[in-house]
Amino acid sequence: MCLGIPGKILDCFESRGLRMAKVGFGGIVREACLQCIPEACVGDYVLVHVGFAIARMDEQEASRTYRLLEEMGQLNELKPSDNENGA
Amino acid sequence: MKYVDEYRSGALARNIVREIRQVQTRPWVIMEVCGGQTHSIVKHGIDELLPEGIELVHGPGCPVCVTSLEMIDKAHAIARRPEVIFTSFGDMLRVPGSEADLLTLKSQGADVRVVYSPLDALKIARANPEKKVVFFAIGFETTAPANATAVWQAKREGVKNFSMLVSHVLVPPAIAAILQAPQNRVQGFLGPGHVCAVRGFGEYEAISSRFRVPIAITGFEPLDILEGTLMVVRQLESGRAKVENQYVRAVRREGNRMAQELMSEVFEICDRKWRGVGAIPKSGYRLRSEFRDHDAGRLFEVEEIDTQEPAACISGQILKGVKKPHDCPAFGTSCTPQHPLGATMVSAEGACAAYYLYGRHLRKEETGHVT
Repeated sequence: MCLGIPGKILDCFESRGLRMAKVGFGGIVREACLQCIPEACVGDYVLVHVGFAIARMDEQEASRTYRLLEEMGQLNELKPSDNENGA
Repeated sequence: MKYVDEYRSGALARNIVREIRQVQTRPWVIMEVCGGQTHSIVKHGIDELLPEGIELVHGPGCPVCVTSLEMIDKAHAIARRPEVIFTSFGDMLRVPGSEADLLTLKSQGADVRVVYSPLDALKIARANPEKKVVFFAIGFETTAPANATAVWQAKREGVKNFSMLVSHVLVPPAIAAILQAPQNRVQGFLGPGHVCAVRGFGEYEAISSRFRVPIAITGFEPLDILEGTLMVVRQLESGRAKVENQYVRAVRREGNRMAQELMSEVFEICDRKWRGVGAIPKSGYRLRSEFRDHDAGRLFEVEEIDTQEPAACISGQILKGVKKPHDCPAFGTSCTPQHPLGATMVSAEGACAAYYLYGRHLRKEETGHVT
């Protein structure tokens, strides 16, 4: 139910006084309300839930977290694995 | 898709599991609060990938599941009226009330329509001024800004035929209720990422320090859930109890301020009954009196509804993390997603329905995998 999908803002416009956007989700384009993310603009990634942007995705944090997870793997390579017993 | 695919790497998942194994010295019970996380865990077999002794128990975070039977019966009574177009998220259509579900009512002639967004329900109201359009506003804090915006906009535009039946629930009071229960087993939490994207995590810091319990605000992809679990296990092993934010790409400590302002302009906190759990003080939202002309609960007089849940159902204990679906003799036999007996089987995000959907009623143990 609390599903939120990251999508890229393709276009911003106003409808009946509400700030709206066309948001692309990997090929599918849907309208989303930007009322609560006033700073978001074309090219930004937003997290959309029931047609409503609830957060801006932080691109730097997304890649930083991923890099840290990758590094964890690389560091693990230096440690003895579970199947190794020093033979 | 960006921000999705990279968080599903099987190789990285195995590395995090190995890290958890290296950190862990004793058994721990960790609850994921959100139904979306439960679904992801069971779908990807994350709980079975974790080292022995790290037990994930599934929390009450499926708003469809915990919507009370009384509220569902009330929704159905409104949907049956000839002057009403009843709009709802698709998840609610198959949830049985005491007599039927919304799909059955639709087949009997009620005008029931599924909407993707509450703003779509408002569009239906504009297009059908001769009808009364009611939206079934369920959800946690994640959904509240969208629902608040729809009713706020209806008032601003003067769309008088639009109203909401509000059954919103809030996560922090439910976590506190779980921790206060005498039979509680939960030692750490994966916090609900999207709820916190809206609300921030100040409320969770208060819970963490009050109950000395570690919480990692966590996303929904397999790597998010594994990393959140690692964060909680590290805290448990070192005797720390604080809130850490695994889901930094979407969650900031203060949350979304504009969304919070909108929510508090439209909603006020109230006591709420949770299906399977019972009443939890100050655990829900209702419309403020300024929005009473859009309050379906007030506009449609519905007789006092008396409901009774099947005695065989143990969903209350499952929602509190005390039991698992396999502990229930009805699971997969007399209780299935087609014929659910209680809260945790009525929606795909409920623990019982997720276990059933991914075939766990067919087996007791099997090694999971992440792809």
